[in-house]
Amino acid sequence: MLAAILAAGLAVGSIYALIGVTYNIMFSASRVMSFTSGQLGMLGGVFGALCIGRLHIPIIPGFVLAMTGCALVGLVTEIVAVRPVLKALDQHLYVLSTLGFALMIQTFTAIEFSTEPQPFPHLLGIGQGGPLDEKFWLPVVACFATIIGLELLYRRTLVGRAFLAIAEDNFAARALGLPERNLRMASFALAGAVGGLAGFSGGELLLAFFANGATLNFLGFVPVALGGLGNNRGAVIGGLALGVFQQAANFLMGGVFAGVAVFAVFIVVLLAAPQGLFGSPPARRV
Amino acid sequence: MRSLAPYILIFVAALLLPLFANDYWAVIGARAAVYWVLVAGLNLVVGYGGQLAIGWVALLTLGSYTAAILVARFDLNPFIAYAAGGVIGALAGVVVGLPALRLRTFYFAMTTLGFATIVTQVALAWQSVTGGGIGLPGPMLAAPFDSAWGFYLLCLGFAAVVTWMTANVASSRYGRSLVAIRDAEVAAEATGISKARLLVLVFLFSGFTAGVAGGLFATLQSYITPEAFSFDLSVTFFIAILVGGRGSIIGPLLGNILLTLLPEFAAPLVAWSTFLYAVLLLAIVLLMPGGIAALLDFRNRKPLESNRSIVPQPDRVRALLGHSPVRDDIVLTNVVLAFGGVRAIDGLDMTIRAGEVHGLIGPNGSGKTTTLNVISGYYSPQQGEAFLGTRVLPHGVPQARSALGIARTFQTPRVIGEASVLQNVMIGATIDGRASFMEAALTLPRHRSDEKRLTARAMAALDVVGLVSLAAVRADRLQHSELRFVEIARALTGRPAFLLLDEPAAGLSTEEIKRLGTLIKAVAEAGTGVLLVEHHADLIFDICDHVTVLNLGRELAAGTPAEIRAHKEVVSAYLGA
Repeated sequence: MLAAILAAGLAVGSIYALIGVTYNIMFSASRVMSFTSGQLGMLGGVFGALCIGRLHIPIIPGFVLAMTGCALVGLVTEIVAVRPVLKALDQHLYVLSTLGFALMIQTFTAIEFSTEPQPFPHLLGIGQGGPLDEKFWLPVVACFATIIGLELLYRRTLVGRAFLAIAEDNFAARALGLPERNLRMASFALAGAVGGLAGFSGGELLLAFFANGATLNFLGFVPVALGGLGNNRGAVIGGLALGVFQQAANFLMGGVFAGVAVFAVFIVVLLAAPQGLFGSPPARRV
Repeated sequence: MRSLAPYILIFVAALLLPLFANDYWAVIGARAAVYWVLVAGLNLVVGYGGQLAIGWVALLTLGSYTAAILVARFDLNPFIAYAAGGVIGALAGVVVGLPALRLRTFYFAMTTLGFATIVTQVALAWQSVTGGGIGLPGPMLAAPFDSAWGFYLLCLGFAAVVTWMTANVASSRYGRSLVAIRDAEVAAEATGISKARLLVLVFLFSGFTAGVAGGLFATLQSYITPEAFSFDLSVTFFIAILVGGRGSIIGPLLGNILLTLLPEFAAPLVAWSTFLYAVLLLAIVLLMPGGIAALLDFRNRKPLESNRSIVPQPDRVRALLGHSPVRDDIVLTNVVLAFGGVRAIDGLDMTIRAGEVHGLIGPNGSGKTTTLNVISGYYSPQQGEAFLGTRVLPHGVPQARSALGIARTFQTPRVIGEASVLQNVMIGATIDGRASFMEAALTLPRHRSDEKRLTARAMAALDVVGLVSLAAVRADRLQHSELRFVEIARALTGRPAFLLLDEPAAGLSTEEIKRLGTLIKAVAEAGTGVLLVEHHADLIFDICDHVTVLNLGRELAAGTPAEIRAHKEVVSAYLGA
């Protein structure tokens, strides 16, 4: 029982954490929170099922193809729904533009792919059944690989430092001659791939289902809210905690209660600490 | 002021519909009317208050199930059941809405979305009460409302009443305050608007209409299942408002009709309707943020006179302010305020006398605006206190200053661009209104006398600063210097005992500065104490009774203008030889 809770909890928690990281990467590059974050997770699963399951492309090229597709969707998000509203960031038009674009992705998938959950292919066939099934540890591996990769990117490479510079002070970075727009586009493509990875690695768990987008939007945002906006480590801790909490509630008291409990925790934490548990204090208003 | 013609036109067209169309259209028409009952209330939250509540379908669900359960299991009269649905909706509206007090935009949108998901899940799982996936029959009405057209006319009646009420609220001080917290929250606080109180009222109202709409929706559907309350529906409501335009009633009304009818005219596209709505949302945001309402706003397209000047009428200040003679001083004692390691104010003592102009000058970063923010309650000092007479000014509650008679302006004018100049100025006297929210919604006598009084006073304030001719113009069309005077008019409308001005002369022409000086002097002579933070030394020395010079958060010198002008350190540190 405990093993089952932990296996399922860490698995879904890793998926939520990765969606949280997707939110964070987009936010760092543009100060925009995007409703497409969860949709990218959904697309990771759908593209995976499409490439490997339906078109029978081998796993590795299929994976690359699915990630490329998600990165492209991330890029298009930037061009269509983010760049045009950056001028008036204080009017929060991005909430509406990204919501519109996310709904387009979601309904398009429902109509053109399927309105029912579709099976996701078995990737490796390791540890079938039981708590060590690949569907449980694949997302965890993906999550930690992503986090380590991102840390290396941000700390060790010039491009990564440029990302950090943009996130820290957009104006100063531009004054130093950094190609802010290209970096932003690269960030959104990266975010797309990370979101896609969440859905792909969790595909065997969540299946390829258009409605996953909305669910992941919310559940992936909870770790961001818990861990503080822009804080990737906070998102991972928050995501794993959320996953285990949700699965424990699910096993012990049933699915509906788990949903209500997650929502209640989300609200209570946000009201008590609007900046998240690891976030920075709010900016001065006057 | 409000043009009634389009509303009457739509209402008459809706009344004539039964003469031309078949029963199928009665159902479509009833649906549009039911949706509007919800959307009209939500419009106050989203369109006026700027709170991005995207999950309002949750309240429709709650209202629906409440009404259906009460009728099906307890055999209650359907109309009482509708009202009960409204009450549940109102309570849930406050519960969903309250996080808006602490959470901003995207976070709030997420909480409403989360709530909508939960409500549907519970409806699905709580089979013993809601019937789960099988559902419940909706309330059946007796004659004459049991026919398709009878029910249509009933819904139309509800829609008309709700339209009337929301239009009343929107044009009242509550509506203006909502727009103020949407577009100029900091300034709204300074005029005494309590965001918490206001939003609770609006969430109650909006939740009630959503709950009643839910009851009607249950009857319209005749059988309800959780599937009927999809998130797509919620998005439709939300998009109807944005397509219509923020801060308008007629726009969202047209948007709602458009979105309800659209699938009927394009039958092959029904499957794609949500996709089309999403495209519409994106297109509206990117191409036409003002929505339908902006298209219909002909008045504000006429060019303004280009060669206008601001001519204040200082002799009318006294009549506007109408002071009682006894006034307390504002006293700061040993105030210390540090941001991290920076001591922005470092032990400041200062007294601002009633009826005097007190100048506060000093180099950039010397703590002038910070001092003003302490007095107006935005910052809490770590040591020392600010007093009004003998009363301590409470920390961190800027919205309580207005009631104490302290008004202010801002370094960058904070006005509501989408509201008219007159509406902006009326914001300044919001706390002097007496009518309650419901009195405003029903335009009872007290509300009407409020409006008359506040309008007259705001016009008098505009007259004093010399902007009467621009009263009806959208504020975002004004020049910078005019906005400065709009802010002063807004502050004066509240008849303050103290007026705090943060660099009012910045960006003004020499002539305008001179007129501003005369106006400020007249304000002080009428009994209102003025704190003037400025860089224009000439203005300060011309009109101040008393000057404090700050440097690095401390008082460098204080005295009459003549003393300051002769002060050696001030001359070398700040004024220059």
